[in-house]
Amino acid sequence: MLIRFIALLREAGIPVSITEYLSLMAALKSGIADYSVDDFYVLARAVLIKDERYYDRYDRVFSAHFAGIESSLNTLMGAEIPEDWLRRLAELKLTAEEKAKIEALGGLEHVMDALRERLQEQKGRHEGGNKWIGTAGRSPFGAYGYNPEGVRMGQEGSRQRSAVKVWDRREFRNFDDSVELGTRNLQVALRRLRRFAREGAPDELDLEGTITATARNAGWLDLKLRPERHNAVKVLLFLDVGGSMDDHVKLTEELFSAARTEFRHLEHYYFHNFVYESVWRDNRRRYQQRIPLQDVLRTYGPDYRLIFVGDATMGPYEILRPGGSVEHWNEEAGAVWLGRLLQSFPRFAWLNPQPEAQWEYVPSIRVARELLSDRMYPLSPAGLDRAARVLNAR
Amino acid sequence: MLTRRFSGTQRYVTTDDLSMAVAAAVTLGRPLLIKGEPGTGKTQLAEEIAQFLDRPLFDWHVKSTTKAQQGLYEYDAVSRLRDSQLGDARVHDIGNYIVKGRLWEAFTSDVQPVLLIDEIDKADIEFPNDLLREIDRMEFYVYETRETIRARHRPIIIITSNNEKELPDAFLRRCFFHYIRFPDAETMQRIVEVHFPGIKQALLADALEAFYRIRDVPGLKKKPSTSELLDWLKLLLAEDIDPADLRATDGKGTIPPLYGALLKNEQDVHLFEQLVFMNRRTVR
Repeated sequence: MLIRFIALLREAGIPVSITEYLSLMAALKSGIADYSVDDFYVLARAVLIKDERYYDRYDRVFSAHFAGIESSLNTLMGAEIPEDWLRRLAELKLTAEEKAKIEALGGLEHVMDALRERLQEQKGRHEGGNKWIGTAGRSPFGAYGYNPEGVRMGQEGSRQRSAVKVWDRREFRNFDDSVELGTRNLQVALRRLRRFAREGAPDELDLEGTITATARNAGWLDLKLRPERHNAVKVLLFLDVGGSMDDHVKLTEELFSAARTEFRHLEHYYFHNFVYESVWRDNRRRYQQRIPLQDVLRTYGPDYRLIFVGDATMGPYEILRPGGSVEHWNEEAGAVWLGRLLQSFPRFAWLNPQPEAQWEYVPSIRVARELLSDRMYPLSPAGLDRAARVLNAR
Repeated sequence: MLTRRFSGTQRYVTTDDLSMAVAAAVTLGRPLLIKGEPGTGKTQLAEEIAQFLDRPLFDWHVKSTTKAQQGLYEYDAVSRLRDSQLGDARVHDIGNYIVKGRLWEAFTSDVQPVLLIDEIDKADIEFPNDLLREIDRMEFYVYETRETIRARHRPIIIITSNNEKELPDAFLRRCFFHYIRFPDAETMQRIVEVHFPGIKQALLADALEAFYRIRDVPGLKKKPSTSELLDWLKLLLAEDIDPADLRATDGKGTIPPLYGALLKNEQDVHLFEQLVFMNRRTVR
């Protein structure tokens, strides 16, 4: 029974391993869950789920799996009616007004008949809508709905504390994201760019230097210190914002935050669609505080690695023609400015969040790749890997 | 021995799912990884468990420069070198220069200790991987003295994370996990009563309402959390603020007094003032 549950969790894309399954068995054996469904739900979640973004999926799987067991035990009324839909029927309390409403549907008997009929028509669990039995709908049957003539079923008195409702409420909906790349993957990929060097204040004991110096000093200790090793690689990041990049904001943000923590020398600039004569550092003040690209070219030395992040999806004239920019009149074409950048920073790469398979169908990407001597890579761990190899080449 | 289940202390309110997660971690001797919004009492949890079970607490606060090795031990080669120059007798035993880390101290504790590894996500990305074997087998090897340190009692390990970096899967496999949700109004009331026993109900109700109103402002950079609420209440009590001042008099439009305790950066304060201002205009 539990193996099936684990299998379902894995099907839902939650990484659950044998180790965790065994821990769950051990936890159950130790008796802390006390045979209560409530406890089991919480215990299994603590043992099996390792990230809050899976809480929602866990709730759904739990709900589906658990409901299945309940209904299989249930042969009430001859038809296959899940018990929790009907639990409240016995406690059905009606005011005079409500009774009048039920009359409108043809009396209580009739309502119950209709219910039975519909239950046979309906196979699965249902939410929303206005005919089927389920929750949150406008059908006369179900819970949390709007229909005043409704038969309330399967709703516990105190919703907050009820176990069944905890997973039915799916509180962790917001956390679920199906991002394939976490910052971790990106960070691991960015590590390839590391170049260690010692600079700054000497605060680390240089063992070898100390031994040599001590020996020279006739055995009297002569301590030698040296600076700590740091990642000395310098990165100049150009990020495309707005327009077609809106679809890739999350991925770009992740790359940016991964890069932030990885590199001490990271300078970033924003551009829109393509680089022209000016860029900016703060999107909120992009119109007031523009920085001439010439200044950027002058400020940083050729030891900086230049990385563009952008989908390069636009009209080809935006790259090739003077005045092609969608935002302003540019005296010189984007391609000219790109050429200047590539000349100043010979180690460069362009990361593209668009799937690689689509590149050849977009003319502007073809143009950009040509200008970049084909150094365009997909924004994924694998793509970063390839980019890092090129950026590190001497 | 551990039949008593952790159910909060006089200063700490837990929910059912949290106490179950703690019970599971304690019973099976697995580390418990705690995540949640800042200010929901993640670090506090370890202290309270230690107090509740009457166990010593070893806390290891992780910084961006912390290395896994520092939790085990460090070999102080420099002072040994110096001692050898000065002819100190201690120099012949290398053990004199092994400085124990927090993990070692916890492993050699006489009773089962509680070990807090605080803010594990602050450290280098490989930090958790370097601790896998230590956490799994509860032992490590000291190369300098050629001895293996084994835990005398498997410590109860609480690890907190703020989600700044993702933790490696292999590490997560070995932990139990709990996400501390932001408390609902009912739990919050219990928490406040634990901290300020006998607080005036009128003040509390109004303060909580104002607090949740601020939390609901869309687009705040840092939403105020439990610890900020408690600070704010402390200030309100100290200043003896009248509950009526907290109430939203004209629709939604008052800035609660001493809001500096709740909103922690000027953009948020600015945003909030702007919203209040707009609300006032529409109400009029």
